[in-house]
Amino acid sequence: MNIHSIGILGAGKVGIVLAQLARHAGYEVYIAGSTDPKKIALTTKILAPGAHAVSKEEAALKSDIVILAIPLSKYASLPKAELAGKLVIDAMNYWDEIDGPRSDTVPELESSSEFIQAFLDQSRVVKALSHMGYHELHDMARPAGDAARKAIAIAGNNPQDVALVERLVNSIGFNTVILGDLAKGRVLEPGHSGFGASLSADQLRSYLTH
Amino acid sequence: MSTSKSIKKTTDLRFGIDTFGDLPTSDDGKLFSHAAAIRQVVEEAILADTLGIDIIGVGEHHRSDFSISSPETVLAGIATRTKNIKLASAVTVLSSDDPVRVFERFATVDALSNGRAQVILGRGSFTESFPLFGYDLRDYEVLFEEKVGLFAKLLDEKPVNWKGTTRAELKDADVFPKTDSGRLDVAVGVGGSPESVIRAARYGFPLVLAIIGGAPDRFAPYVELYRQAAEDLGTEAHPVGMHSPGLVAETDEEAKRLAWPAFKTSWDRIGRTRGWPPYTKEQFDYEIENGSLYIGSPETVAKKIARAMKVLDVTRFDMVYGQGPQKASVRLKSIELYGKEVIPRVKELLAKSK
Repeated sequence: MNIHSIGILGAGKVGIVLAQLARHAGYEVYIAGSTDPKKIALTTKILAPGAHAVSKEEAALKSDIVILAIPLSKYASLPKAELAGKLVIDAMNYWDEIDGPRSDTVPELESSSEFIQAFLDQSRVVKALSHMGYHELHDMARPAGDAARKAIAIAGNNPQDVALVERLVNSIGFNTVILGDLAKGRVLEPGHSGFGASLSADQLRSYLTH
Repeated sequence: MSTSKSIKKTTDLRFGIDTFGDLPTSDDGKLFSHAAAIRQVVEEAILADTLGIDIIGVGEHHRSDFSISSPETVLAGIATRTKNIKLASAVTVLSSDDPVRVFERFATVDALSNGRAQVILGRGSFTESFPLFGYDLRDYEVLFEEKVGLFAKLLDEKPVNWKGTTRAELKDADVFPKTDSGRLDVAVGVGGSPESVIRAARYGFPLVLAIIGGAPDRFAPYVELYRQAAEDLGTEAHPVGMHSPGLVAETDEEAKRLAWPAFKTSWDRIGRTRGWPPYTKEQFDYEIENGSLYIGSPETVAKKIARAMKVLDVTRFDMVYGQGPQKASVRLKSIELYGKEVIPRVKELLAKSK
């Protein structure tokens, strides 16, 4: 599959940075906020020129890959029907300062991405782009081959989907470290060792496996 | 695209110091009490006033590492012992407060200080105030939106009619004291949420960007967003300010040596609750080199501030001082060097670079 278009659900700090990176890499970008696309039209025009501000349904339908960048506690607002059959990247984290206590939404023993996969049961969910801070995503993206490149960890159940996400992540400026199935992504959540990591691929790999 | 439209002359530039009331230590390493830390901030404000620093901003937090939970009370204390310095909150967490009371308290600080009060409204980066005052974090958006709306009405200092879901209705409510100038100075503090930038423009409030991590350059489009939004909405785009952490010492090495353990303590304490990993020396050095940390000798810090102000086209810079457990003497020295050497040098550099 060729990746032409990226949908981004969430036009906050993370969503905007991802839209910038995806535009820079030459993708068609469809970005959606929580409500009327008009509300994010100016933001999109100035902060992520060339990206299309659309409804969340349209972003889901028009894109080859859809990235989730909304507050995790708002997961029920995701356009589930339009995301059916899609490859979806879960870039969300449970974040106390926005979402309140994690246990209010996600069962204690479940990883948040497995929880999202269970909700989006017709979509193929891969966890990526969640562990690095948004300003580091913005500042650290580097062309392929650059020695200073940092790495993004990826977890997903289907190797073909993981390979596609790997391609996308590479194209927007990062190397990758493959963790395994979605459950392995737990290590990237807040309070776990991978969260906040902004490291080279070798460093990240050895950091996460020791 | 906006060019340097706001940096017209150096007399338009404003420099401040901001603090959350972190607990300092004595020279023998003993941690101050909360009460002593508050008195220390008053002494620092007096020093800043003497040095001609334009603004002191104090934050609102409700956690053990910061002594200031009631910024306007501290500002009232500072008001009667200073002459010229502007007295700002950094920030007032309006969503978990009552706009009527916020107005009353700041109008009182404005009276005590002969018109030097400034309210900076914002979300802040902590949310302890929500459970403490009985608010649900999930209502954040409606709380902020409604309360900013009411606060904007109160600023006109005329009887207010207001109805919403987050507080009792107001019918022809006149609120006192009135200010001598007829209008409180207000701004909005934003940490990078585009929606908040547009909200500031919608109300015609000045914008102060809190730039805590990463390169300041990243915020240049936000300044453009603010100006463009104001133009589209037919409001006034005011000069923009920025707020970032720093520490000034005689040499770069000394500044880093003094700042590192204090910054690490402070970041790790916050990081533990947010689940991010321990702050590394590598990150610290990277942020000093490339990010928005203003740590070094007066010359180094001045160059870095001048560069950021020029890149972002802002006319106000507030240095967050005293982060983490720093010696009180180090904080005072840092303010002294900032006032005596950094500020004049930044003005000189910006005058030259036009």
